[in-house]
Amino acid sequence: MYEILKNEVLGSNIYLFEVKAARIAAKAEAGQFVIIRLHETAERIPLTIADYSREKGTITIIFQAVGASTRELAEYEAGQKILDLVGPLGVPSEIENYGTVVCIGGGVGIAPIYPIARALKEAGNRVISIIGARSRDLLFWKEKMAAVSDELLIATDDGSEGRKGFVTDVLKDLLEKEKIERVWAIGPMVMMKAVANTTRPFAVKTIVSLNPIMVDGTGMCGACRVAVGKETKFACVDGPEFDGHEVDFDLAMKRLAIFKDEEQRILAKGQCGGGCGCH
Amino acid sequence: MSLRKSRVEMPAQDPKERVKNFKEVALGYTSEMAREEASRCLNCKNPLCKKGCPVEVDIPEFISALKEDDPARAAKILKNKNNLPAICGRVCPQENQCEMHCILGKKGEPVAIGRLERFVADWEREQVNLKPEKVETINKKVAIIGSGPAGLTAAADLAKLGYQVTIFEALHVPGGVLMYGIPEFRLPKEVVQQEINYIKKLGVDIQVNFVVGKTATIADLLEEGYDAVFIGTGAGLPNFMNLPGENLNGIYSANEFLTRTNLMKAYLFPQYATPIKIGKKVAVIGAGNVAMDAARTALRLGAEESYIVYRRSAEEMPARHEEVEHAREEGVQFLFLTSPVAYKGDEKGHVRAMTCQKFALGDPDESGRRKPVAIPGSEFDMEVDTVVVAIGQGPNPLVPRTTPGLILTKKGNIQADEETGATSLPNVFAGGDIVTGAATVILAMGAGKKAARAIHRYLQGIEK
Repeated sequence: MYEILKNEVLGSNIYLFEVKAARIAAKAEAGQFVIIRLHETAERIPLTIADYSREKGTITIIFQAVGASTRELAEYEAGQKILDLVGPLGVPSEIENYGTVVCIGGGVGIAPIYPIARALKEAGNRVISIIGARSRDLLFWKEKMAAVSDELLIATDDGSEGRKGFVTDVLKDLLEKEKIERVWAIGPMVMMKAVANTTRPFAVKTIVSLNPIMVDGTGMCGACRVAVGKETKFACVDGPEFDGHEVDFDLAMKRLAIFKDEEQRILAKGQCGGGCGCH
Repeated sequence: MSLRKSRVEMPAQDPKERVKNFKEVALGYTSEMAREEASRCLNCKNPLCKKGCPVEVDIPEFISALKEDDPARAAKILKNKNNLPAICGRVCPQENQCEMHCILGKKGEPVAIGRLERFVADWEREQVNLKPEKVETINKKVAIIGSGPAGLTAAADLAKLGYQVTIFEALHVPGGVLMYGIPEFRLPKEVVQQEINYIKKLGVDIQVNFVVGKTATIADLLEEGYDAVFIGTGAGLPNFMNLPGENLNGIYSANEFLTRTNLMKAYLFPQYATPIKIGKKVAVIGAGNVAMDAARTALRLGAEESYIVYRRSAEEMPARHEEVEHAREEGVQFLFLTSPVAYKGDEKGHVRAMTCQKFALGDPDESGRRKPVAIPGSEFDMEVDTVVVAIGQGPNPLVPRTTPGLILTKKGNIQADEETGATSLPNVFAGGDIVTGAATVILAMGAGKKAARAIHRYLQGIEK
């Protein structure tokens, strides 16, 4: 059992949990994820590690409560325990001193981009970060991101904060203005696809972090397969980070929708007995 | 008692009924049936059956005890060598092991050793629940990686010798393939957990949610004070055929299909939150035990038609005869000399058909089976909405990738001595599917047993 030490609301339906998990904290690196199972009848769900403290023996996960399982997780309070927590899984980000790099976090993707930006900064890079969301109430960690970035740029779809527009608009300006060595982008699949399309003409290597449907997270089941270049890869053991210019995003998006109907069924079961969606 | 030529039949659930539930298919012998079957044993002077058992069970001795109506003694004899008898009694391919050597099999049917083993194990679990004998503890620690059949056996044997044993398991429950792979209707999970409880009673500590290679490496474990490590991580990376359209929705690896169902209980969705999607027409590619499990599971999940699609003929099917029979009784259909070459999807990216090619059998290949040869121009489309790819698994890469100096085979399996499990690293042993490639529960157990013995000799300084 893994104790939740903190449950903090970061924005509209966005939650931060700090969980006691000394062994995982001791090994966690930027770019990795964990799998949690809340209780006996729950699913195994992958969540990116947003932060960790080796001293305190804790890891931080951030998620948006959109699906049945994440909505259920959001109800957990500090002091309660999660039944299963396993990790750190996946290959850590390749951190080197590249020169000037751009780290892009879209929506809840701001969480996993943070440790990458921090590690890149520590490795001596000039880090330009771009964070974006639909509107300002979905933005979080501005100060934390600013602290590990040489420059922090913000974009919102509705213009409620920073520049009105997409992170790709901000990125395009940057690419036209100066020499960027490498780009990391984490966020919704459409955003990562757009980022990859933006950097392609500039031939800037672009790393994206995929979040496909997963079961065991250790290579065993093959649910998380993604097409990268001409090959099929397993996001859990070969990723979750891949070269954005090689990823078949359209396939990845279709695969994410496999269980859409089932998701609706379980949401309907969980709420007011009638699926009214009232909370 | 007159000697009967045929074995005592084991009662089973009616196929029409069982295909609608996940309850166990074979129901087991009653005491009377077990006694009658045991009485067929000739008690040979030179019992060949014993030589056919990878875990060295004293087969004639435990059968004698049954004949004398002393199941308690039978259980003791059985458990002396086999730590997982209720599992072996259900899923071992006895026809190729002990029973193959039975002298009665020359003229009639061999003694149903597997069924008797199952009877004894079930009787013991339900009636007495044997307490393990206390052993003198040895002040040495052994880490076992993976809690499947190989790891559990190695752990139990080392614990019986007095070692302090910890098993590290990546999933949230121990048992490995016994939990995620083999369906409830063939091996009830309750039975698996009860046998694991016995191993815990021997003093074995099991840490779940611990991925060796990620949560800690083998080097970390040795540094933490483990004197030896046994790697029993199994075959845990599904093979695909790399066909066009193979990543369409509705195409599962057998591992995913079975893990969702068995481990995560998707058949109880939405009471259990893990979903599985099942179509009307399911094709399972491959014809091993895993393929049979998938095809039969598909029917239980509500498929209207379930096909085994296999590129060789019925004769070459690697699955156990009994599993094939059970599948046929339940309505699984077989398409032989056929293999997919591409998949077609709808606009949402869901599989709707597969293009298959017909095959003919040529000369035997290195496996001794006749080689399937594609017939040009024989392509045809078959409508399907679910596909399960059950063509075997490769070695899981997590331990090999994080263990420098561990020598692997060309296929990525761990190179280990067949008799001892010794690897290229001192203190590190390996066995089971991670060494041999996907095989059977009993062979993995045999490897675990040999490795336990070798680890003991090694830690006692008998061998280096």
